[in-house]
Amino acid sequence: MEPLSWSEIALRMLGLFLPVWIALIVTFAVSIAFKRRLGLYGKLFDSPIGMVGFAMVMFWVFTGIFGGAFDMILTHDVLSQSATMKNKGPGTPFTQMMGTPDPGAYPYYLLGGDNLGRDVFSRMVAGAWEVIKIAPFASMFSFMVGITLGLPAGYYGGRLDTLLSFLANLILAFPVILLFYLLVTPEIVQTGIPVYMAAVLFLFPIVFLLLLWNSRYHTQPSRRNVYVGITLVIGLWLYLGIAWDADPLGLVSFPPNLLVVFVAVVFVNSPTVFRIVRGLTMDIKTRDYVAAAQTRGERPWYIMLWEILPNARGPLLVDFCLRIGYTTILLGTLGFFGLGLSPESPDWGSTINDGRKLLTMYLHPALPPAFALLSLVLGLNLLADGLREESLRD
Amino acid sequence: MAKLDYDGPILEIENLSISFFTRLREIPAVMDFSVTVQPGEAVGLVGESGCGKSTVALGVMQDLGVNGRIVGGSVRFKGRDLGQMSAAELRDIRGNEIAMIYQEPMASLNPAMRIGKQLIEVPMIHEGISESEAWARALEVVRDVKLPDPERIMRSYPHQLSGGQQQRIVIAMALMSKPSLLILDEPTTALDVTVEAAVVELVKDLGKKYGTSMLFISHNLGLVLETCDRICVMYSGEAVETGSIEDVFDKMQHPYTQALFRSIPLPGADKNTRPLKAIPGNFPLPHERPEGCNFGPRCDYFQAGVCDMGDIPMAGIKGDDRHFTRCLRFAEIDWNAPIEAMAQHAATAPGKVVLKMENLKKYYEVAANALFGGSSGKKVVKANETLSFEARESETLAIVGESGCGKSTFAKVLMGLETATEGQILLDNRNIEQTPIEKRDTQTVADVQMVFQNPFDTLNPSMTVGRQIIRALEVFGIGDTDQARRDEMLRLLDLVKLPREFAERMPRQLSGGQKQRVGIARAFAGGARIVVADEPVSALDVSVQAAVTDLLMEIQRKQKTTLLFISHDLSIVRYLSDRVMVMYLGHVVELGTTDQVFAPPYHPYTEALLSAVPIADTRITKKHIVLEGDVPSAMNPPPGCPFQTRCRWKSEVPGGLCEREVPPVRELVPGHQVKCHLSPEMFDQMEPVITVAAE
Amino acid sequence: MAMFILRRVGVMILTALCLTFIVFFLTNLYPNLEKLAKTQGDFRMSDEEVASYLGRNGYLQPMTVKYGQWLGVVPGFVIEDRDGVTRGQCITPDIAPEDAPRFCGILQGDWGYSTVFREDVGKILSDKLALTGRLMFWVMVLMVPSALILGILAGMREGSRTDRTLSTFAITTTATPEYVSGVLFIAVFASTAVGLKWFKGTATAAMDNPTFENFFLPVLTIALYGMGYIARMTRASMAEVMTAQYIRTARLKGVSFPNIVMKHALRNALIAPFTVIMLQFPWLLNGVVIVETLFNYKGFGWTLVQAAGNNDIELLLGVSVISVVVVLVTQLISDIGYVFLNPRISVR
Repeated sequence: MEPLSWSEIALRMLGLFLPVWIALIVTFAVSIAFKRRLGLYGKLFDSPIGMVGFAMVMFWVFTGIFGGAFDMILTHDVLSQSATMKNKGPGTPFTQMMGTPDPGAYPYYLLGGDNLGRDVFSRMVAGAWEVIKIAPFASMFSFMVGITLGLPAGYYGGRLDTLLSFLANLILAFPVILLFYLLVTPEIVQTGIPVYMAAVLFLFPIVFLLLLWNSRYHTQPSRRNVYVGITLVIGLWLYLGIAWDADPLGLVSFPPNLLVVFVAVVFVNSPTVFRIVRGLTMDIKTRDYVAAAQTRGERPWYIMLWEILPNARGPLLVDFCLRIGYTTILLGTLGFFGLGLSPESPDWGSTINDGRKLLTMYLHPALPPAFALLSLVLGLNLLADGLREESLRD
Repeated sequence: MAKLDYDGPILEIENLSISFFTRLREIPAVMDFSVTVQPGEAVGLVGESGCGKSTVALGVMQDLGVNGRIVGGSVRFKGRDLGQMSAAELRDIRGNEIAMIYQEPMASLNPAMRIGKQLIEVPMIHEGISESEAWARALEVVRDVKLPDPERIMRSYPHQLSGGQQQRIVIAMALMSKPSLLILDEPTTALDVTVEAAVVELVKDLGKKYGTSMLFISHNLGLVLETCDRICVMYSGEAVETGSIEDVFDKMQHPYTQALFRSIPLPGADKNTRPLKAIPGNFPLPHERPEGCNFGPRCDYFQAGVCDMGDIPMAGIKGDDRHFTRCLRFAEIDWNAPIEAMAQHAATAPGKVVLKMENLKKYYEVAANALFGGSSGKKVVKANETLSFEARESETLAIVGESGCGKSTFAKVLMGLETATEGQILLDNRNIEQTPIEKRDTQTVADVQMVFQNPFDTLNPSMTVGRQIIRALEVFGIGDTDQARRDEMLRLLDLVKLPREFAERMPRQLSGGQKQRVGIARAFAGGARIVVADEPVSALDVSVQAAVTDLLMEIQRKQKTTLLFISHDLSIVRYLSDRVMVMYLGHVVELGTTDQVFAPPYHPYTEALLSAVPIADTRITKKHIVLEGDVPSAMNPPPGCPFQTRCRWKSEVPGGLCEREVPPVRELVPGHQVKCHLSPEMFDQMEPVITVAAE
Repeated sequence: MAMFILRRVGVMILTALCLTFIVFFLTNLYPNLEKLAKTQGDFRMSDEEVASYLGRNGYLQPMTVKYGQWLGVVPGFVIEDRDGVTRGQCITPDIAPEDAPRFCGILQGDWGYSTVFREDVGKILSDKLALTGRLMFWVMVLMVPSALILGILAGMREGSRTDRTLSTFAITTTATPEYVSGVLFIAVFASTAVGLKWFKGTATAAMDNPTFENFFLPVLTIALYGMGYIARMTRASMAEVMTAQYIRTARLKGVSFPNIVMKHALRNALIAPFTVIMLQFPWLLNGVVIVETLFNYKGFGWTLVQAAGNNDIELLLGVSVISVVVVLVTQLISDIGYVFLNPRISVR
């Protein structure tokens, strides 16, 4: 068989991404139809920059979900190697040296093969899933930690603020790579330190939710108890499963090497979120509606969580998008240095690192993941920019 | 460059229309606006916020930003059309021939540039003179605006000066090139009353001295009366009435002008016998203006089929000097008809004492240097000194004073956000001065509530109006079920005269006055018995102020509330309060019934304050008392009497007593106390500040 | 002012102590020590052998004691071994045990001995720092002026076409981490596949003889990522200043646009980016590590990777101390500079 021409490759790739296109079109059609009723999210569709960013982000989100979770877009198994396909250029027909050729196999390596003869295209698609399943959640946890500590630091000020700010600055003064090299190693996993850190960090969401319910409903104890109870049961179950790998039902568990990556990323991101939340809190607490809440005898946590936090949502949302982007970059960095994830992993950082070694001769293994990462992070940045512009508008 | 010699009108604005363009639509900000400023003349431009008066100023300056554009008419300065000028020609005129003074002095000075440099820049650009020459000129002008120690001030940065000094610098900067036209955009709104009076005085004098024409933009009719020769009243983007001050104030020919005058508390108005008449309805948004007359929907003289058809032109009034009105029916209206009688109320007798303060003191310790503080020593700010008074049921006690007088601190201590340093606060004979709010029981908290100043800040922007009121009900333990609380919330909305649909609205969908009503509803959610109203109407437009004030009075009458009304606006205080407490630098300098405080003998500070407040009534003559300097900082109060640095009676007290000793509290007549060293004879000599000419 | 600097320095020293202790703690965890023992001895050592090796070399003392010894505030350990050889922290082969100094930690200038490079840590660090210093110098030279110019040009007319173009460029560079941009640059400018071959794909030669050809790509790669961020900060700051009232005052005074930008806006607009530039250092350090690995430039970042990858404890500690001190010193400079740039903060 002849290798495919560039236009044929492009056409075939467009076709393979069909489910992603459909999902994107549906998302956009629905969102634009109801944009006046969707608040800030709806307003995003007034800003061209925001829309482009959102499209880029959602492209990779859908790609990740369809490719990683449902196995739809992939043309070949991401780990299977083929000696004949080593470093072959894009569009090369697929052959296998050993074993019987599988008649159902996709006939081409659309973006060529890497130095071990694996399909670059499929690895790129699978890499999206590696990012999508970690980055948003890691950012969310960083926000929970940052918010739970930043609110009281900004609201009370004084010694508490001095102490927490000192700790935050301590972590911020650490060069990130050094921290990763110290933390994300098999030896550290052996000592169990990541588990202890996870145990502390993962408590924050539970604490956060408990404070949220209690402050809001302490005037109605029966309702409060229901919310608190549900949170405790579900929260502690997930907590045991994720942090301690000790789910009594055996349903929830978290691979230890992923846990350490997760913890490291949350640990690095939280102090920045803390500083942002602290600054916003100090600004918002001077408003009259905070004084009004104080004069009607509201407790501090109610004021922090229900009066201050909702009004800080604009800047926080913008930072959340940026933070997912930054987390993506961090995950890539980890992969680039071969930390944490398994060496076979299709994540973009590792594939870029693999590809760069023969870069002066073969471009095709390193460039697709590089462009993928670039476009996802760029999309998140554009999205944040669009959100910022739109949230400033009213 | 040399200035043009020209003896026609300085500024002619003809049929000017300005629009702002947003993504969705064109928003007309100013429509068909005409005004002429003659040499040496001062023209006042009056209107409520959003009426387009500042846009006119920027239109004159040809500085409308990216979205604004002049869509019709012309602006001619000394006969030359500013709209046709090139950028370079405009630069030559700006700052040189036309200068502008703004509302926020701090914001309009470059924070990173020394005052002197900002001043000398003007003549250096426009006249090309040397730096030393410009410096000499600047020194002279700084002296002209009556600033002490000009050399030092020229070398300071803006943040090192007080607000009043900054505004003087802005004025000096405007006068550096001796412009022919000065545009003042609310130049004193950010300043205290006594400082405002001094700045206004200065502007008037300098206008005469330099022969400058002025376009004075303000929302304050009284201020325009004091400074201007002519006035132009604007409403919703249009000029509705222009004419000389006397014609417009005394022979108004437009229903809006009339309604405006009836809604401001002039001397003679009284909450019981002659209540204010608020303008019904709301100011229309620029894109929701009605067909025909913009004021139509709120006008008492509205006639369907006449007032709501097509554009209405300005019509001249025969016999008056350049007096125009934009009303079709002005000839039919009987302008001298007596004000339709408003509901009158019997004065409610004050009941038992509910709140009593005795020798309340509140001192703060602050780091001397906020940023690098710590070891460099602490300073004590004496925010409140020996505050004593009592307040009765259904009584309105006004607390008057300028910024830094300690009125907000007092409110905080009363609310329990701070605890007192010394003395006691008795609520129903229970001590609460040492109980912070988290230790107070629900009933106490619900009893003492507060209405805040800034309507745009008083409601949580991300919670519906209904939710916020329900939350207050929850906290105060009112209603057993969600439904009961919801009903109670709707009842409260009725109480403050808001439609029930507003429960589902977000605060940003409400106007300032409506937000303030929600704030009042929230304060009364727990059936408050004492309400501290911290300047509740000062941020609202004149026409809305009356309505909100009336609402407060009405609820007070119904619920026998004790109202502590904090304000710096003596007109409104005179209108609604039963007793008045005047504060200065943490001290109560005068306390008495409204009549006692507003009539001689006065405390010297009260006297100056009364003289400083502009009153929009041509029949009033005021004694002219201008205080020198600014209010001293509470961090660094003067020794002896707190007011001695600015007091004009100080020389009447022998032996420098004022500089050494804090005066004792003296009761002049029962219920009227004054903190002053002046002898009884001196008090007897005092003349009234405000006199109303016989009608 | 002196008081302020003194306090800042105090906080800085405290931070440095905390951070180095954390590094010390993490590197001296038992699994790490075990790995060290096995790389130093041989990989088939039994657990007892590992323990005795570690004991001989003083690794099994309490953590705080070891930290004190490393710092030089606790006397170095001296252990009489079974074979009669006296080993100690401060005892080197050419000094007799009796003459060895009692203290030999960081404070005495003794940084320890690298197990990977078989050389004094102090010597390695100073060599590598010189190399990285050169890299950083050129990065700064390229990054700071271009970022500021970019930001100011974009921010002075917010919403204009220049602004849109420059902002998109800035966003793109912040979205491109060094390992992506570096790969792209090598692919475009240095690979045989594209064939431009304007620059060299490695910077190994630049260690001895830096030329434009072999040094430009690494410098550009680091500079680009930081540049976008600083440019966006500058733009935001500039755009905000340009809408300030005092700029309108200046405009209505008749000041020309170039003069408004240069005389009135610039100083106010540069306050925020200045702090940002200084706080960029921890991130620049990241870039250095990535780029030095990518371009095989054996500087400080490369050393960090080597030390961390091989659990070279003393070298890693040295690297940490240097990077932490660099970060903290830049923070201090940023604080002091902020005070000088911003006249609103008065210093007594």
